[in-house]
This record gives sequence, C-alpha cells and structure tokens, in this order.
Amino acid sequence: MTDTNRRTFLKTTALGAASLPFLKVMPALAEGRDTLVVVSGQTINSLDLHRVGTNRASYQVAINCYDRLVSFGTKTLPTGELSYDYENIVPELAESWSLSDDGLVITFKLKSNATFWDGRKVTAEDVKWSFDRAVSVGGFPTTQMRAGGLSRPDQFAALDAETFTVTLDFPSKLSLPDLAVPVPFIINAEVAKANATADDPWAMEYLHQTPAGSGAFKVARWDQGQQLVYERNDDWVGGPVPAVQRVIVREVPSQSTRRALIERGDVQVSFDIPDRDAAELADKMTVHSTPIENCIHCACLNTNFEPFQDANVRKAIAWAIPYEAIFNTAAYGRGTPMWGGPETVTDTQWPRPFPYNTNLDTAREFLAKSNYADGFSVPLSISLDLASWMEPTALLIQENLEKIGISCTVEKIPGANWRTVALVDKSLAFHLENFGGWLNTPDYYFFWAYQEGKLFNSSNYYNEEVEELTNRTLHMPMDHPEYAGLIQRMFEIVIEDIPRIPLWQPALNVALNGATDYEFWFHRQLDARPIAGV
Amino acid sequence: MSAPLRAVLWRILQTVPVVFGVVVISFVLTRALPGDPAVYFAGAMADAQSIEEVRVALGLDQPLWRQFFLYVGDLLQGDLGNSISTGQPVLTDLAMRLPASLELTLTALLLACAIAIPLGVLAAVRQGSWVDHLCRVLVTAGVSLPTFFTGILLIYVFYYLLGIAPSPLGRLDFIYFEPPRVTGFYLIDSLIDGDPETFFAALRQLILPATTLALFTLAPIARMTRASMLTALSSDYIRTARAAGLSGAMVLFGYAFRNALLPVVTTLGMVFSFVLGANVLVEKVFAWPGIGSYAVEALVVSDYAAIQGFVLAMALLFVFLNLVIDLSYTLIDPRIRFAAK
Repeated sequence: MTDTNRRTFLKTTALGAASLPFLKVMPALAEGRDTLVVVSGQTINSLDLHRVGTNRASYQVAINCYDRLVSFGTKTLPTGELSYDYENIVPELAESWSLSDDGLVITFKLKSNATFWDGRKVTAEDVKWSFDRAVSVGGFPTTQMRAGGLSRPDQFAALDAETFTVTLDFPSKLSLPDLAVPVPFIINAEVAKANATADDPWAMEYLHQTPAGSGAFKVARWDQGQQLVYERNDDWVGGPVPAVQRVIVREVPSQSTRRALIERGDVQVSFDIPDRDAAELADKMTVHSTPIENCIHCACLNTNFEPFQDANVRKAIAWAIPYEAIFNTAAYGRGTPMWGGPETVTDTQWPRPFPYNTNLDTAREFLAKSNYADGFSVPLSISLDLASWMEPTALLIQENLEKIGISCTVEKIPGANWRTVALVDKSLAFHLENFGGWLNTPDYYFFWAYQEGKLFNSSNYYNEEVEELTNRTLHMPMDHPEYAGLIQRMFEIVIEDIPRIPLWQPALNVALNGATDYEFWFHRQLDARPIAGV
Repeated sequence: MSAPLRAVLWRILQTVPVVFGVVVISFVLTRALPGDPAVYFAGAMADAQSIEEVRVALGLDQPLWRQFFLYVGDLLQGDLGNSISTGQPVLTDLAMRLPASLELTLTALLLACAIAIPLGVLAAVRQGSWVDHLCRVLVTAGVSLPTFFTGILLIYVFYYLLGIAPSPLGRLDFIYFEPPRVTGFYLIDSLIDGDPETFFAALRQLILPATTLALFTLAPIARMTRASMLTALSSDYIRTARAAGLSGAMVLFGYAFRNALLPVVTTLGMVFSFVLGANVLVEKVFAWPGIGSYAVEALVVSDYAAIQGFVLAMALLFVFLNLVIDLSYTLIDPRIRFAAK
C-alpha cells in the first residue's frame, strides 16, 4: 500500500527532531503500532472536566491525563471482554487507605514516588486543592461529589505531605467509589495556582487549555474541533505504563466516514459506533458491545397526565409494547433485553428484566379494567438528538398501542430543548428516556430516577415507601443484612407501579481494527491506558 | 477625496444600519430559541441548585435588556463574547474556522468556474449540440444531488474502493502538523513555510470535498453563463459586430462574453456567500473543521455568543462581498458608476 510507504518514509525523516510539537510530520509507523488512531463522532471541547460547559467527550482527558486517589480494577466479562470492576477498588495515586471504625474518616497514604509531569512530587496539598476545587466550582462536578457525601472543603485535610483525610458527615458506601469516578482528579496545584487570578481562583481559564496532572498520558496537541494527541508519560506510577507511545483522537462527525476509515484499517479504534454498524462490522473485525451498567432505555409515563395516574392504564401499556421488535429494530440486538423477567423478585440484580412481555390480550384486559376503556390519545415525545434509537422505538410503540385503542402522535423535540422539557419541567406525558448511573448500585438509580423531584424522574413518580427505602439504602453497605430485602421491596413496588417501562439495557459499541485490550468503563469514554496495538 | 473613494465610504456607511439590525435580530432570535443553555451546560447530573449556579455563571439571570447592553458594549470593543461550548473567545473560534471554510469554498468555486463558465459559453455558442446536452445533464445532476450524498459517494469510490484518495480526516492527515499560521489557509501557509510536503498533503485532502462542493455550485454558474451568453449573442450589437466583419473570437470574447459576465458575477457572489454558511454537510462528511459545523453545533446547544458571532461574521462578510461585487461591476462595465446608485 502506498500509504504505508509514505508513512514509513516520513517516520525515518522525522526521527531526528527532538520534541513532538515542533515536528512537521508525526512519526507514525503502521507495523510497529506505537501510535493508535481513534475516531469519534463527538468533539472534545475542554481539557478541564470541572469547567461549566465541558461536554461528555471531554471526560476522557480527566481519565487519561489525570489520576485519582483510587480507581476501579479490571474484570473479564462472561463474553471474554474486559470491563472495569465496580466491586474492586484499587490504588491509583493512593498507596493505601483505611476507614475509621465509625466509618466517618477515610485516611489515604499517597504513593511516595508519584510525580506530576513537571517532576514535582504529588503531595496531599495538591489533593486537598483539587478536591476543594471540585466541590466549589458548582455545576456537574459539585453535584457528583455530593453523591458521595462530599460537599465542603472542610471535609478534606492534608495531614502531612503524604497523608490525606476525607471526613464524612455520615458513613456511605458511595464515598469511596465516588472518588474513583472521573470528577475528583488530582491537579498540580502549584502550576494551577501560579496561573490563577483574583477573578479566577481555580485557574479555570488555564486548565481549560493546559492540563497539569500526573496521569498516564500528556496532551501533546489539541486542535479544538479536530484532534487531541496523547503522549505517554513514561514516569506514570498510577498503574501499568500504557503499551502505546501515542494515541491520536480524531473527530469525524460523519458516521459513514468513520465506518469507511475503520474498515480500511486507516484508524484502529472507532469509538461509540451505532448499533447497526456494530451488527454489520462484527464479522469483519473485533466489535465490543458491552451492556452499559446501570443504564436502561425506558418508556416513561408521566403522572401529570391524567390517564397515567391509573395503574391499569400503565400496565396496559407495559403489556402492549412490542419489546422484541424494538430490540431488533432499534438496537439491532445489541444490549440486554429488559422484558419477560421472573414473576417474583428474589435477587438484587439491576438492571433487571421486568416481568412484562408483549401480550395484547392482557393489555386490553388491563385497559378494560381502567377508567379509560375506550382509549385516549397522547403525544409520545422523543429527542431529535437521540432519534437513532428513539424514532424506531416510538413508531413501533405507536403501532401497537393503536391496536388496543390508545392513539399516539410522535412528537420530536430539538435536542437543545429536550433536557428542559423532559427532565427539568417534566412536562412530557409519554416519552422515552435513558438514564444511566455512574455508581453501579440500584439505590443510586432509584435516587435519580424514582425519587420525587429528582432530575431523571421525568414521570413525576412519587411513592412514599420508595422514597423511604431509597433514603435508607442509598448509603447502606451492600453486605448489610437488611440491604437485599429492602432493595427487593423497592423493585417489587416499581414493577407493580411501572412509572418507567424498561425496554432494554443499551450497549456501548466499539470497533477495533489493529488494536486490542479495550476495556469498558461506566463513564462511556475511551480509557486509552490499557489499550494496545496489534 | 476622489469620487470613487467617497462612493466606497458612503457604501460602507450605508451598511451600519444593516449590521445593527443583524445584531438586534440575532440577539433576539437566539433568546427566542427553545432550550435553556443553563440546563444544557449544567451537565448530566444536574439538580436545581447546580442549574441555578450555571445560570448565574453564564450571566443569564440578568434581565434581557441588560444582557443586550452588555453584549453591544462588548461588541463595540471588538469582543464577541466567549463561546460556552468551546470555552474560547468567539473571535478566536471564528479566526480558526473561517479560513478552513474559505479555503474549501474558494477552491470549490475556482474549480466550479473553471468548468462551468467555458461549459456555459460553449453550450450557448453550440446550442443544441452535445456540449449543450452535457451542460444540461451536469446542471441537473449538480442541483439534484445533495452534497452529503455526492460526498459519501466520492469517499466510497475514491477512498474505500479504489484507495487513491487520502483518508477523509479533515484538512490534514494525522501524520502532518498544521503549517505555521499566517493566513489560516493551509495551502498558502505551507508555501510560505517552504514545505511542499505539507502543501501537497493539504491539497490531497482538499480534492474530494472541493469536488463535491464544486459539483453543487457549478450548476447555477453554468446556467447563468449559458443564459446570459444567449441573450448577449442575440443582441443588436453582436449583429452589428458580425456585420462589421470582426473576427469570431473578437465578437465572442470581446463583446458577447464581456457583456454576459455581469449576471455571472452576481450569481457568483450569491453562490459564494450561500455556500460558505451552508456547506455544513460537506464539512461533516469530510470532518472539515469549518464555520458551518461550528454554527450548527452552537445552535444545537444554544450557545448564544457563538451563534451571534457567526451571524454577525456572515453578515459582515456578505456586506463586504457585495461591495466587492459592486466595485467589480464598474470594472466590467464602465457605464455603471457608483454615484448613479
């Protein structure tokens, strides 16, 4: 192939140059595979996760370029694929940690050989400054920190250079895992403070463009809207040093173009591809379709809308939805079915298939029992941003509900407006929704999606017992003797009440052509650290 | 002050109310858009408190008139505000992205003109011949094939099947670095830098998207050339010129073509400004970091400053372009003078 020759040639001519940003051409060698090229349809809009307006795709910088105190380990899924392991918390910058007997103080011992990119030792003061920043800047990082019971700077203390403590107001099983999510990353506080101003005490302006961390990769180049180039940090102590020298993340908005690139083998990883491409590419290359933990695509019934206050109507709809057809048409069979589950709840598996299935006769029976036996009409709202799965799903639901006398009109809402009407105003009667929780426990899902007034409770669901059970289980250790029983009770109530009808658990699809050791993470971004070329 | 200069200044002065109107309308329209930026930028796990924090951080808690005066005040100082989604001054964003769009659009227009004008002239001269039919087929195909379709088709044939086109990865393949920035046009900057390697790399990346866009833009140009050439050729002065025994080439290019050029230039100006903002689809397909996709992304997330900046930049460009076209009229046809307008 002429391309390979050209690159080989360029590599040899470029070897003399000392430092990367001054090269005219990037040394890239197809057969050695020291450089991986990743294409993604999303744009990275900031290198600082804490900034207001930083989008999801940018979280990968916090993961690849910064360290946290702790991280999650790796497990092998039954399919043989790699995944992060929520059950297993492993050291990253912390060497060890201990919990006080009352469960209120977590004491971390930092790794003594951990250094930032500029060679300075990572100290507890840096951790303190970074955590203070996360709870102070407001917006998403502050909300995520609160989920783990971390809300005020006075909860963090640097005892000496290598000892750091977190003091909780109440013991919570979510606190330690919440320190392993991308948000509480550790910043080189000296560098940041040197670039802070009176108006900008947290150096938001500076870190937006210039990361200052200790992570596995440094940012060699960032051409906003085009590409991000990661360069390996050979002194990384947070884990095994990455196998590849360089990872180039290229933004290619058109899915057809991304597909052509990965099929031709000019890029090694195509991240977050549509279900359809995943199904079609699966026999040509390695395609990982990992069901996203704690995430469910749902059809939601808003209790603001009168007919949906009637449990029989809700059940009629749950029995009328053509689950199988939706799963095959909208998801191309990628993901995990969430229907036809066992009648009785005997375990705490979540997401779990609900016992509903497609049975129009049962649906008609329930509707006949309700006050709306003659049917009614309702708009079914979907987001244009998520039309790839919502549109076919909505059309199939519409078709089946028509058969039991409920007529739906599909209403498409622009993406910019979706969050406002669906989640903040909660004004959509019948709609599709896909909440996924970072912290992988059922109570955490319930906290966001079933408790009154919470953002993702777009059904306006309220049940006194669910409120109370969620509050009780949220911070309770999962091995607490009462835990399983309470969780099962919560499941039983929402299965019976069915304000959210689970459709399926979606999958994150990643195509690899010339790369291996891809690992799935709950944050749904590329962790470039374990990945290697072949 | 000379008369033409005064005329130009007068024209520029006339654009002030237009630009002010654009500022007001773009401000009002962005606020009228559905969607709440505070909700959007509060991120995935927002609660009422964090949404409010974001609203205050963005200054959206202020009354509308106050926001407007702040915006106009900043504008007068040459500050277009900061884009929330890119976290950069809008001016920086535009300066990054406008040259990319301009380079693509200008190349495409040059290509389109190089094909469409001779084709239109030939079609008019040999009316009903195969050239005329070819012109008709090209024009029909050009307007009826959407650009994203042509783009994907070209990628499929020349990159995917034949493997002769480079990876459709934007302005430069990932193994090259951007040439030192002077104009923002990679073709020009790489030449200034004396780096033919990068020049050819940028040129190779440019061929497919420019062809896609040229196929789309050549239609109106070819049609206009043909029509105005036909009008010119059937006019009295051409008959007189022919009767006076002037050579065929002299009649055709010295008299007919020169007169036919006026509407073609007008069309060209319109096509240019239209395509510059509207080639979003080509930009998406070829991962081209242009201004069209910037505007669409800003619109999707209700990024007010970015949308307003884009609209304003386009309006200014349009005003400038019209001025240049009007000036070029006086060069093409000395009978047209500014003072008369």
